[in-house]
Amino acid sequence: MTPQLELRNVTKRFGGVAAVDGVTFSIAQGEILGVIGPNGAGKTTLLNCISGVYRLDGGDIRWHGVSIAGLAPYRVARLGVGRTFQIVKPFGSMTVRENVAVGALFGSDSERPPLRAAFDRADSVLELVGLRMKADLPVSALTIPDRKRLEVARAVATRPKLLLLDEVMAGLNNVEIDDALEMVRAVHATGVTVVLIEHVMRVIVGVCERVIVLDLGRTLADGQPDVVLRDERVIQAYLGERYARRLRGG
Amino acid sequence: MAAEPLLHVKGLTAGFAAGPVLFGIDVDIAQGELVALVGANGAGKSTLLGTLSGLVRASAGRIAFSGRDITNQRPEAIVMAGLAHVPQGRRLFDTMSVEKNLRLGAYARRDGNIDSELRNVLEYFPALKDKLNREARTLSGGEQQMVAIGRGLMARPKLLMVDELSLGLAPKIVDRLIDVVKEINTAGTALLLVEQDVLVALDVAQRAYVLENGRIVLAGAAADVKDDPNIRKAYLGL
Repeated sequence: MTPQLELRNVTKRFGGVAAVDGVTFSIAQGEILGVIGPNGAGKTTLLNCISGVYRLDGGDIRWHGVSIAGLAPYRVARLGVGRTFQIVKPFGSMTVRENVAVGALFGSDSERPPLRAAFDRADSVLELVGLRMKADLPVSALTIPDRKRLEVARAVATRPKLLLLDEVMAGLNNVEIDDALEMVRAVHATGVTVVLIEHVMRVIVGVCERVIVLDLGRTLADGQPDVVLRDERVIQAYLGERYARRLRGG
Repeated sequence: MAAEPLLHVKGLTAGFAAGPVLFGIDVDIAQGELVALVGANGAGKSTLLGTLSGLVRASAGRIAFSGRDITNQRPEAIVMAGLAHVPQGRRLFDTMSVEKNLRLGAYARRDGNIDSELRNVLEYFPALKDKLNREARTLSGGEQQMVAIGRGLMARPKLLMVDELSLGLAPKIVDRLIDVVKEINTAGTALLLVEQDVLVALDVAQRAYVLENGRIVLAGAAADVKDDPNIRKAYLGL
């Protein structure tokens, strides 16, 4: 069966440095996949390659078998690839509901929905991510965890088939992370494929069926979390001994 | 008789135009102590650090540092008194060199030993040695955090406050930074560590305060705080 997304030898250089260096993997419809790796490993660059923010210097990216390399970001989004940004940038003067409606209005459907439908869509997404009670608040009134929820909600409102989440759990404590994991599971349960970039191991272990480790722009490991996180090379490059012990229950 | 603590905060209330965020905070930090400040997002941790640094105005209460009242003093006077702040999200001068970023930490100092302080910082963070001329924004997240902590140390503080050391950093980098924090503390500098990764903070600290909705709800030995059933449930998710 054709994978939903396929990366073949994807390469992106900045000056002389290959930030992403020949990365190959594919994602099946409905998967939930984690991408981890040291700072500077190329995780966000890879996400920018997929979502069309960067033009590739080599390789190809295929969506249901068709190349999307070189497409503008809004075209990639309208095909059904939604994403969040590490630094959240909501429309500050709008309410929570209006922010999400913007995603519904300009999102993946080729024809722009009527305003009424966009707000209906916003309401159902706010319900899904647990922000319904805060729909009419200005964005400035939201706590950090709720701002992260809003960032996810805006992406979900575009009706993605694949959702790329860039560190949406950073800065949350363990209990807030557990709440956010519930949200990710709820989105995933609607049939959306999810890719999570995270440093928080609780997230990777808690929700991912598969994890890819990037190091120096290359794939260091790809497999089930419990196997990958025990891999000595992954501990060396990324995890460190203290966290490895913690994961082993020490 | 116990010596006067390095930092003595009594009945501190502070906040913004919309209203107070902190209500009657009491905190003491002894000379050379390593203390963790733990709490959910929005509890007021960064506001407390900001108030101690003179960035947020205190409306009631008192902050004494090194035997002096520093409540609502100008931030630069507070840095000169020996209280330095490593802000959340690093806040480096992106387009300036690493060396300039570090030297700016000593901007308020009037003594002549800035170069020796710089050497000292580079011993804590040898990875920065060959990057002194690089623009700060070209560094990795972990290296930027090293510059931010180094900049704080350049003020030669008696107390260094670090807000969200681990934010956005790979576990192994956090490990290394925590080791350096311990070294800095062993060399005699007191530290106040604000950390969302509660286990990291409580593993390394001697004592801890738990902040909830702008109030200190628990204070004690870090090991006891870690074992407190309410804390385990509310922050560790155990």
